[in-house]
Order: sequence, then C-alpha cells, then structure tokens
Amino acid sequence: MTDDIAIRVNRLGKKYKISHNTAAYKTLGETITNAVKNPIRRLKGEGLSRSTEEFWALKDISFEVEQGEVLGIIGRNGAGKSTLLKILSRITTPTEGTVEVHGRVGSLLEVGTGFHPELSGRENIYLSGSILGMKRTEIDAKFDEIVKFAEMEKFLDTPVKRYSSGMYVRLGFAVAAHLEPEILIVDEVLAVGDAKFQQKCLGKMSDVAKEGRTVLFVSHNMKAVSSLCQTGLLLNNGSVYARGTASAMVAKYNEMCSGDVVSCRPIFDYARRENQPASITRVRVADQSGTATLIHSILHPILIDVEFVVLKPISHLDVWLGILSLDGSLLFQTCHRDQESYGAGAAPFRAVVDPGRYRARVELPAPLLNEGSYELHLSLQAGTLQFDARRGIIFTIEDENTFASSVLGVRRDGYFCMPIPWKMELVEEEWVD
Amino acid sequence: MTETAILPEPPTLVIRPPRKWVPINFSELWSYRELLYFFVWRDVKIRYKQTGLGVAWAVIQPLFTMLIFSVIFGGFAKIPSDGLPYPLFTLAALLPWQLFSEGMTRSTTSMVSNANIMTKVYFPRLIMPIAGILSPLVDFLVAMIILILMMAYYGFVPTVNVIFLPAFVLLALATSLGVGLWLSALNVQYRDFQYTVPFLIQLWMFASPVVYSTSLVPAQYQLLYGLNPMAGVIEGFRWVLLGTAPPSGVIGLSVIVVLFLLVSGAFYFKKMEQYFADIV
Repeated sequence: MTDDIAIRVNRLGKKYKISHNTAAYKTLGETITNAVKNPIRRLKGEGLSRSTEEFWALKDISFEVEQGEVLGIIGRNGAGKSTLLKILSRITTPTEGTVEVHGRVGSLLEVGTGFHPELSGRENIYLSGSILGMKRTEIDAKFDEIVKFAEMEKFLDTPVKRYSSGMYVRLGFAVAAHLEPEILIVDEVLAVGDAKFQQKCLGKMSDVAKEGRTVLFVSHNMKAVSSLCQTGLLLNNGSVYARGTASAMVAKYNEMCSGDVVSCRPIFDYARRENQPASITRVRVADQSGTATLIHSILHPILIDVEFVVLKPISHLDVWLGILSLDGSLLFQTCHRDQESYGAGAAPFRAVVDPGRYRARVELPAPLLNEGSYELHLSLQAGTLQFDARRGIIFTIEDENTFASSVLGVRRDGYFCMPIPWKMELVEEEWVD
Repeated sequence: MTETAILPEPPTLVIRPPRKWVPINFSELWSYRELLYFFVWRDVKIRYKQTGLGVAWAVIQPLFTMLIFSVIFGGFAKIPSDGLPYPLFTLAALLPWQLFSEGMTRSTTSMVSNANIMTKVYFPRLIMPIAGILSPLVDFLVAMIILILMMAYYGFVPTVNVIFLPAFVLLALATSLGVGLWLSALNVQYRDFQYTVPFLIQLWMFASPVVYSTSLVPAQYQLLYGLNPMAGVIEGFRWVLLGTAPPSGVIGLSVIVVLFLLVSGAFYFKKMEQYFADIV
C-alpha cells in the first residue's frame, strides 16, 4: 500500500565535480584567468579533465522506507551514506532522480547544530532547537527535560565556549533528542561523548524508535545498528548493495569487510579493483631489518610498503595510512606528502601520477605506539575522492618490559608512548608564601 | 479502519534535481518565522555581547559621523542643507543610510558565515539574508532616540507625514535585501564580493543625498538620480521628519528599482540556493 510509505527514493544519483583546487569556491580572478588560460592549455594539448573530474557519489539508488520503519544505513567509508543523508535532509540537491518524502523531516547530522560559543547554554538550547525545527512553545515545554537529560543544571548561564567538549556534546545531543519529527534522520552523532553518555543516547534512540516514528540511522557502529534497527540498507560504491533485515545487513557488511582481511600474514595481496583508476595491490608490514612480520617491538620502527597500480593519469593522488585501535577509533593518519606539506615544498605539489606500478614506503618511528594491537587503514585518494581502501591488517606491538613500563616503573596507559621533552627547573629555593 | 486513516495526511515533498526557476514558497517561509526571529536575536545578542560598549555603539557611530560631516561638509565646505541645521540635516540621512549599509553588509556575508549550519540542516535559505537586513533595525531604533532628542534641541516637530516613516524604513530594508540577495548568492561562489561591499558602500553613499541635498542635483539629472532608491528613502526621511520638499520626483522610480532588485535577486538566489551546500 502506497499510503504506508514514508520515503520513496527513485533512481537517485549525485555527481560531484572534483576540482583540484585547494578550495571549492573560486575567486573571480581565478575564473577569469582560467577562462584565459584554458584555450592556451587546450592548444598545448592539456585536457580540461585534469583540473575537474566528475565523480558519482551516488548512482541509481532506489529504495523505499515504510512509516515506522527504523532503517540502518551502513557501508564503508565513501560508500555514499553521507551524500544520501544530505539529499534526504534537503541540504543538497540530487543530480538525477527524485525522492518523495511523506512527513516532517528532522535531521541530526551533527551534535550541537547552530551552537554559538558566545551564547549561554540556555540561549543555545533555544537557538539550536529552533534551527533543528522545533517551535518555541515546544522548546519551552521540553526545556527542563532537556537540561535534565544533559545533566547540566549548574552551567545553564555559562557561555558554551567555556564548556568542556563532553558538556558540549551532552547539551547538543539533549536538544536533538527532544526533536519530534515524523521522520528522523540521524548520522553517527552517537559516536561521541563518553561511554556512559553514549549508552544513554542509545537508550533514548531506541525509545524514539519504539514510538513508531520513521528513523534513518547511519552508523559504523554495527552493534548499535543491530540493536536499534529492524531493517538495513547496505551501500557500496554509491549503489545499493543489499537491503534486508538489520542483522542480515550487518552480517553482509562484516563479510564484505572481512573479504579484505587475511589474518596473520604480514604480506597481503589484493585483486585490482574493477573500474577504478587506481588500486592497492599489496601491503607488506616489516620490521627494521626488512623481515616481514606482524609482531613488533615497541623500540623499533615499522616499515609498511604499499604497492599500487595506476591506470590513468591522476592528479594529486595521495597514499594515506591510518592507524586504528581495535575498537575502530582512528588514532592518526599520515599521507605520503606529509613532509612536503610541512616542509619547504621541494617536490611539485600538484604532481600528476602517471600510469604504472608504484611502491610507497612509510616508516613508523619508534617509540610511538604503545604496546597493544592496531589495525592499518590504507587508502588511495585524490582530495576526498577515494579510489581504493584496505583495512583489516592487524599488527601487534610488544614491549619487552623495557620502555613503556621500566622508565617510570609503572605501565603507561593510552595508545601512544613517545617520549616527550620536558623541562623542569628550580625557580626559587626555600620558597615561603 | 487502518490506523493511518485516523492520522492527518502528512505533507508530501518531492526532492528533485536543480531547476532553473524555483518559485518562492511563501507559506513555508512564513512557517519558519520563529527561526528568523532566533537568527535576528542571535545576531543582535552576539553583537552586544562581544563589544565592550555594547548598545552604546548604536549611538556612537551615527553621532560621531554626524559630527565629522557637520564640521567638514557643513562647516568647511558649506554645503547647503535646505535651510536646516546641518547636523540635523545629515543625521536624518545617516540613520536610514546606516540601516541600509549595515543590512547589506550582513546579508552579503550571511550565507558564508553560516556555512556550518547550512551544511547540516535544512531551512529556507532566504531566512539568512533576511535576518541580515533585520538585525540592524535594533541599532536603528536606538539611534532614532538620538534623532528625536536632536530634533527637540533644534525645536523641530515632525510633520503629520510622519505616518509615512515606516514606509521609508521598509523601502530602505527592501533595498538592502534586494542587493543582499544578489551579493550573498554571488559571495558563496566568489568570495570577492564580501570585499567589494565596503567599497560599494562608500561609493553609494556619495551617490546618495547623505551629506548634500537632492536639490543640488541639476534638474535634468533628477530622474537618473532617482534610480538610486536610497535617494528616495533619505529625502523621504527629511520630508516626514524635517518638513523639506517631498521626494515626489524620485520616489516612483525608486520603488520600481527596488522591486526589480528584489524580484531578480530572489530568482537568482533561489536558483543558486540549490548548489550552496556543495560549493560553500
């Protein structure tokens, strides 16, 4: 029955033009000089396609969401989840296709939308609530509840700029949680705050889901998706990969990701990605001497080799390495042009990578990572346009009871353990107040 | 009976690819009036919170400008002021002028300075430039008190025509909105525009009768001069408050120009609005 449909997505597509300028907006001067330069470039035989590339973030997406359905949207980074949410919440327009929406939509793509640092918590509740689509009377009625939920009665009249990040997130979520649209679109706002507050947020979310409202929930947190959602939509490379019950989709997602994982071997070979101009073919993890291994000492650097093939010239192609903790948090990222962007810029910044086979090597210095296990995340991308990404390689750092513990006699906590220079001096002897 | 039959029919919305001409949805705009209020409230509040002198700025700015203009243009240059005391003559022009120029500046930058909100939540984007022109109204009302005090000092009583004052305020706001719509949309794509605004304001001020009277403009150019809607607004202010000649010669043209700016600006804005989130 068509009456029960809340959202009907029909052959939706979104194309982005990737311009390889540093900023998306232009200055008039640039436009004018480009207009002048382009004919010259054409004469020189340099195509315009190098400066702007087209990229379909979403292509031919169709699905329906029933009234009262709680749908989890999952997929790997770059699968098109955020673009889909942005179109559904009317922030951006699609390039093709249509979406029919039956009901009032509220979207939560961020915690603390519209918060202004100079305004107090009380003022920001009204401002943010109103921006998210609440009526003033509605905010008045829910004000005490919001404050109670955020647990910050004492700081209501303090400017938000003086809040700790935890308080900021609590207040932001509290406002958002009291939004009551017929259709709620939520993007991973739960991935913030401390564990206790996250639990509280999940609880609130499942209350909302039980009230019979339509909810679209995007997350990387598979536990949250399977506990909150009835159904799931799995996106891959901008298209619908599968649609079904939430648990089936989570299983499919894990299967999809584990396709990348070949455990316990320090050398990983990958098939080339179809239809991608660049793909990772091999990743090798080795110790200082070049011996491939996944077990490393806290005191010795780790060598990571990434081999990839490039099929057509790509300007600005970057190799990225991310290190994740086992719970999936990204600890840091590094890019093969790091030195260049920090340094004097000796190498050309906008170099075009020509077709061929490449090997990039990064040496993770030591001591950097504390003892424990970490996951590698490697990707090839030009700006935010991702061609390939591989994760699932897990390596372990062992501390032979030398650095992390022995220096201070206690085990250091945290993910990092690099020695950081300090300075301490005696300011005044026998100081008396 | 199914449950859905009891519920009121939920509104249906169709999201589609960008179109060339997008009509303004006035009923939707109206339903977002509270948000407009909150944006204006935020801007006013922050402006007064971040400054040491707060509301005093609303008085200091026109007062000092009046003093300087009176000394230089009224005193040294001896520019005729239609027989009025020069300070009063120029202050009556400065108030609508500052309402206009401040509104134009704020609405031009409104889209870019609120980019973080625009990329996270939907609301009719027109709210932003409209909030930009409305927030200077508070300063304007505060400065009006100074004008009233000055009038009392010089012994001036407003004519009965003062009932037309709101119409001229409205015309000033409409002018700043018309320009603001164009510039805010252009500014999303080309940041150059926010830098051209101070320059534009400077030029425009000398093209408006702020320091001189329209009567100084040669008769054959009067109609051309009326193309500047602020000429009509400023002469209108002097007419209703200080009893100078009515701006009958230019006002009709001013209204037409403003309407043209508003309608064309709104169309351009609505068209560009569809791309804002992707390029801002």
